[in-house]
Amino acid sequence: MLDSRRGRRVAIVAGVRTPFVKSGTVFRDVSAVALARHAARELLYRSEVDSREIDEVVFSQVVPSVLSPNVAREVSLLPQLPPSVPAYTINRACASSAQAINNAADQILLGHADAVIAGGVESLSDLPILHSRRFSQVLVDASKARGVGGRVATLGRVRPRDLIPVTPAIAEPSTGETMGQSAEKMAKENGITREAQDQLALRSHQRAAAATEDGRLTAEIAPWFTGPEMDQVITGDNGIRPDTSLEALAKLKPVFDRRYGTVTAGNSSPLTDGAAAVLLMAEEQAKAQGHEPLAYIRSYAVSAVDPAWQLLMGPVYAVPKALERAELTWAELGLVEIHEAFAAQVLSNVQAWGSQAWADRLGLAGPVGDVDWDRTNVAGGSIAIGHPFAATGARLVTTLAHEMRRRDVQFGLISICAQGGMGYAMVLERK
Amino acid sequence: MTAFATHIENGIAVVTFDLPGEPVNKLSAAVRTEMEALLTRLHDDAAVRGVVLISGKPDTFIAGADIEEFTALSSQDAAERLSFQGQETVSRVETSHKPIVAAINGACLGGGLEVALACHYRIATDHPKTLLGLPEVQLGLIPGAGGCQRLPRLIGARAALDMILTGKNERASTALRLGLVDEVVPQSILRQSAVAAADRLAREGLPQRDRKGGLTGLVLDRTPAGRQLVYRAARKQLLKKTGGHYPAPVAALEAVRVGLEQGITAGLAEEHRAFGELAAGDVSRKLVQIFFATTALKKDDGVKPGTAVPRQIRRLGIVGSGFMGAGIAGTAVLNVEVDTRLKDSDLSRVGKGLKAATAILKERLDRRRLTRSQYDRLSALLSGSAGYAGFSRADLVIEAVFEELETKRQVLAEIEAQVRPEAIFATNTSTIPIHQISARARHPERVLGMHFFSPVERMPLLEVIPTEATSPDTIVTAVRFGRRMGKTVIVVADRPGFWVNRILSPYLNEAGHLLQEGVPIELMDRTITEFGFPVGPVALLDEVGLDVGQKAGSVMHEAFGERMKPAPTLSRMLGATRLGRKNGRGFYHYKEGHKAGVDRSVYPLLGVHPADEVHEDLVERRLVYAMLNEAAMAFSEGVVRSPRDADIGAIFGIGFPAFRGGPLRLIDDLGPGRVVETLYQLQEQFGERFRPAPSLLDMARASRRYYPT
Repeated sequence: MLDSRRGRRVAIVAGVRTPFVKSGTVFRDVSAVALARHAARELLYRSEVDSREIDEVVFSQVVPSVLSPNVAREVSLLPQLPPSVPAYTINRACASSAQAINNAADQILLGHADAVIAGGVESLSDLPILHSRRFSQVLVDASKARGVGGRVATLGRVRPRDLIPVTPAIAEPSTGETMGQSAEKMAKENGITREAQDQLALRSHQRAAAATEDGRLTAEIAPWFTGPEMDQVITGDNGIRPDTSLEALAKLKPVFDRRYGTVTAGNSSPLTDGAAAVLLMAEEQAKAQGHEPLAYIRSYAVSAVDPAWQLLMGPVYAVPKALERAELTWAELGLVEIHEAFAAQVLSNVQAWGSQAWADRLGLAGPVGDVDWDRTNVAGGSIAIGHPFAATGARLVTTLAHEMRRRDVQFGLISICAQGGMGYAMVLERK
Repeated sequence: MTAFATHIENGIAVVTFDLPGEPVNKLSAAVRTEMEALLTRLHDDAAVRGVVLISGKPDTFIAGADIEEFTALSSQDAAERLSFQGQETVSRVETSHKPIVAAINGACLGGGLEVALACHYRIATDHPKTLLGLPEVQLGLIPGAGGCQRLPRLIGARAALDMILTGKNERASTALRLGLVDEVVPQSILRQSAVAAADRLAREGLPQRDRKGGLTGLVLDRTPAGRQLVYRAARKQLLKKTGGHYPAPVAALEAVRVGLEQGITAGLAEEHRAFGELAAGDVSRKLVQIFFATTALKKDDGVKPGTAVPRQIRRLGIVGSGFMGAGIAGTAVLNVEVDTRLKDSDLSRVGKGLKAATAILKERLDRRRLTRSQYDRLSALLSGSAGYAGFSRADLVIEAVFEELETKRQVLAEIEAQVRPEAIFATNTSTIPIHQISARARHPERVLGMHFFSPVERMPLLEVIPTEATSPDTIVTAVRFGRRMGKTVIVVADRPGFWVNRILSPYLNEAGHLLQEGVPIELMDRTITEFGFPVGPVALLDEVGLDVGQKAGSVMHEAFGERMKPAPTLSRMLGATRLGRKNGRGFYHYKEGHKAGVDRSVYPLLGVHPADEVHEDLVERRLVYAMLNEAAMAFSEGVVRSPRDADIGAIFGIGFPAFRGGPLRLIDDLGPGRVVETLYQLQEQFGERFRPAPSLLDMARASRRYYPT
C-alpha cells in the first residue's frame, strides 16, 4: 500500500492529452517536444495550478529524438514554468508514462516534492533514422583525416550497401521477434480465435466512438490548431472508426502470418503520435489550494517475464501484485483499463487472470478474477484510440480517473503490457 | 562637477564618463568644457600613450545632447554657436595624437555617437541595449557635431544617409557589418579589449579599414557622379515621405552633400548653419515639445503619485480572439513577455487569433529583431481555448468582443465568476461608455476601459478610461501595463467617444457632408494629407470600416445631439454592402488588399456628381475646424486631463500632424479669436454644427491660451 511514514497520499489533480493521431497524419511535421509541451501547457491552464508550485517534471519517451533526448527538460522550460524546475526523462517501454507517474508519486510520498507533472510522448512520425555502423565509422574517420586528399580517400571506403539507412523496428532486441509475431504466437498458444479478437476490436471502436460523441474522451484532449490559418481544430483521435463492423474487420488479411495467422491491422493498435500529461500533488497541498482531485494513487506494481516465452504476459503477475499491495480483491474494482496492444494479448491476459489452471502454471495461489466487460475499457482502448507508446500510461490514468469520478467508483485499475516481457499495474482510489 | 574619472594603467588612460546625479550620460556645455580640459591633460601627460572612453552608466554610453539645454536657447545665433562649439570639441577628439578608443555599451546616440565617430577605434558590446544612431531628425534637427561629415566618411554615403535621414538606431551586429564599429565583444570583456586596442593602436598606429559595399559601393559611394544619383534618390524619397512638412532631413542631406563634395570644412559650416536655423524653427520646437510631453507621460500613472499600488500582471486573459484581441495578445506577449490566454466561443476563431498574434512575433523574427529561441519562448506564451480554463489565475482580463453593450456585460459577468477577486477587467471599446458596461459588475472598482487602436502592434496610443467607481490601484495597473506594451497612455474621462473618437467623429462626419456635396474623394483626401495627416478622412473611413464608422456615428449623435447628426453617406454605402477595406468594397477599389484608386461608382450611389470646381482651402477648413471645435468642447468638459494629453492623443491616435503640435496647440498658434471668427463664418455658411465652443469664446474674450507662452 502506497502510504508513506508521513501518511502522505498522492492526488491525481488533472490529466490532459493531445489528440492521438495515426503516425504520418496530423502531426507529421510536429516534433515530439512540441506535442509534449502542448499537453503539459494545457494541463497547467486546466488544472488552474499556480505554476510556481511545480517542483519537478518527469516525462517519458520510448523512441527519443537524438536532438532532444531529455524531452522532460523541454517541457519544464515552458515559459509558464519557472526555469528552476528540474526534469528528467525515463523509458519503461509502453508503461513509460505510468512509470513516470509513479516516479513522481514516490517523490511526493518521500516529501521531496509537493507537485509534479508526469507524462509521456511519442512521435512515430519523428523517428530517428540511423546510418549503418560502417558508414558512421567512415564519417568519423573522415572528419579526423588530414587534408582534402585524406578525406576523399577515407570517404572512398564507402560501399553502396553502407548507405542503406537503419530504421528502428518494433522488435525485441533479445529475441529478434517483432511485437506482432509475439501477439500471433500468443493467439495460437492460448487458442484465441480471430472472431474473438475482431469482437474486441469492434467493441473498442464502438465504445471510443461513443465516448468521443458524448464528450468523455474529448474532455481529456487539448485541441490542436493546424492548417495555414490555424483555424482547423483537431479535437479528437483520428484512428477511431465509428462505422466499422465485424464484416469489415473480418476482411483484413493477417499481417504476421499470412497463412494461419489471426492478428490483423484491425485487431492491433496502430502506430500513433501523441502526448499525455498528468498533474500529481500531495493530497494536503491539493486540498489546501482548492483543487478537487480526480482520484488518488493506492498502489502499483511492475513485473517481467522471459521475452522468449509469451512476450506480453507481464500483466498477469503485475495485477495480482498491485492488488495485494492495495489490499484489495479484483471483485472490488469498479473500473478497469487494460491497454490494448493487440486483441490477442488482451484476451490472453484475461484468460490467464481467470483460470485456476493458469494460476497453477504461473505459480499464483488462485485466479485473479474474471473480467467484466461492462466495467472494463468503457471508453474503448488503444486499438481504437491509438497507442503513442510513452503517452498511453498517462492516457489510461486520465481516462480511468475521469470515469471513476463520473461514476463515483471507489477503486479502479490499469494494466499495461510492455516490451521486454514487462507488465505494469496501478490501482487508483476515489476518496 | 566631475563627470569624468581617469585611471591610468600601463600607459592607457581609461576615462569613465559618469554624469553625477543623472540616470544617463548627456552632453552639455559643462560636460564639453570638462572634456576639453581632460583632452588637454591627457595630451600633456607623458605617461599616457592611449585613451579609452567608457561609460559608468549601466545601459548607456552617451544618450546624446542635453535637450533641455538647447531648448533654452533664445536665438538662431545661439543655436548655431552651440553646434559650432560641439564640432570644435569633437574635432579635438579626432585630432588627438594619442589614439582614443570608444568602448560602447548601451545607448550611443546623437552627440554620443558623434563623439564615438571622432574616436580612432570603436568597440561595441553585443548587449541588446547597445544601440547606435543619430536620431536628431526626429526632433526636427540634424546631427550638429560633425555627424553629417564623419558618418558618411566612415560607412559610405548611402548607409550614412539611411541612418541620418530616418534617425533609426542600429544594433551592434549591424553596426559591425556597416563598419560603424570595429569590434563587437561581450560586455564582460569590453574594458579589457578596449585597453588592449588602445595599446595596440599606440604601438602600431591606426588601422586600415576595409571599405564596405563592394563594386556598387565603389560606384555609388566613392564617385561624385554616383553620389549625385544617391542624393537625388534620397531627396525624392524624402519629399514623398515628409510631404515637405519636415525640413530637417532635407537639411541633413544637404549638410552631407556639401561635406562630401566640397570638403569637410564647408560641410561643418553648412552643418552648424542648418542646425541653428532648424533649432530656432517652429517644426523642431513642436517636435521637441512632443518629445517632452511623451517623456512626461511615461512617468505619469494617471493618478496622484503615491495614492495607488500597481498589481503585477503574471497572466493576461483575453476574451474575443478577433483582430483586436489577437493584436492585443501578440503585442502583450512581445513587449511584456506575459503568459497570455485567448478565449473565444469558437475554437476555429481561437486558432485564427493565435495565428494572428503569433504573426506579430513572426514578423519580428523575420526582421531578425527576435532570435529563434526568443521567438519559440514568446510564442509558447500564447495559448487559447473555447472555455475559461486558465482564467482563474489571470491578473488582468481584457475583453475585445463584439461592440455591443449586452454582449460585453455578459462577458464581464462570466469573467467575474471565473477570476480571483483581485483581478482587473478591462473592456476594449471605442464607443460604449464604460460605466454602462460595469453597471451590473460585482466589483466596479476593478473595471475600466482600455481603448487600443488598430492595428494594435503598430498604433502607439492607448486610452485608459476609468469610471467614477474605478479604484486608483486599477488605474495605475492598467496604465503601467499599457506602457509596458509599448504604448503612450493617456487617461481620459468616461464620456462617449472618449477623447480620440470624440474629436474624430465630427471630422469624419464633415467628410460625409462634403461627399454629399460632390467633393471628389481624391481631392478631399489629398487636401488633408497635404495638411499633414497620414491619410485622408475618406481613406480612413475605409480603413476603420464603414459599419464601425456608422455605429460610432449614431452613438455620438445620441450623446451629443444635432451637432453630430450623421450625414446620410455611410448608410447609403452600407445599403450597398460596402464595408470598406475589410470586404474590399468601400470608397476606394481594393486589389489584393491594396488600395487601387477611387471607386467612381460611389458617386451615383450617393446621388451626386463629382464637382469640377472645389475650393480646397474651404474643404480643409471645414474638416480641420470641425475637429478643432470639438477638441475645445471636449477639453472644456474635462475629457482629458491636460492640453498635453489632448495633443498627444490626437497625434498618436489619429495622426494629427506632429509639426502642428496637436489641435489645442494649433488653436493657440492660430489664436482663439481667429478660430472663433472662422467658426462663425462656417456656421453661417454650413449650419449650427460649426457653432463655436463656449470655451473658445471665453478664451478669445480673455485672450487666454491652452499652453503658457
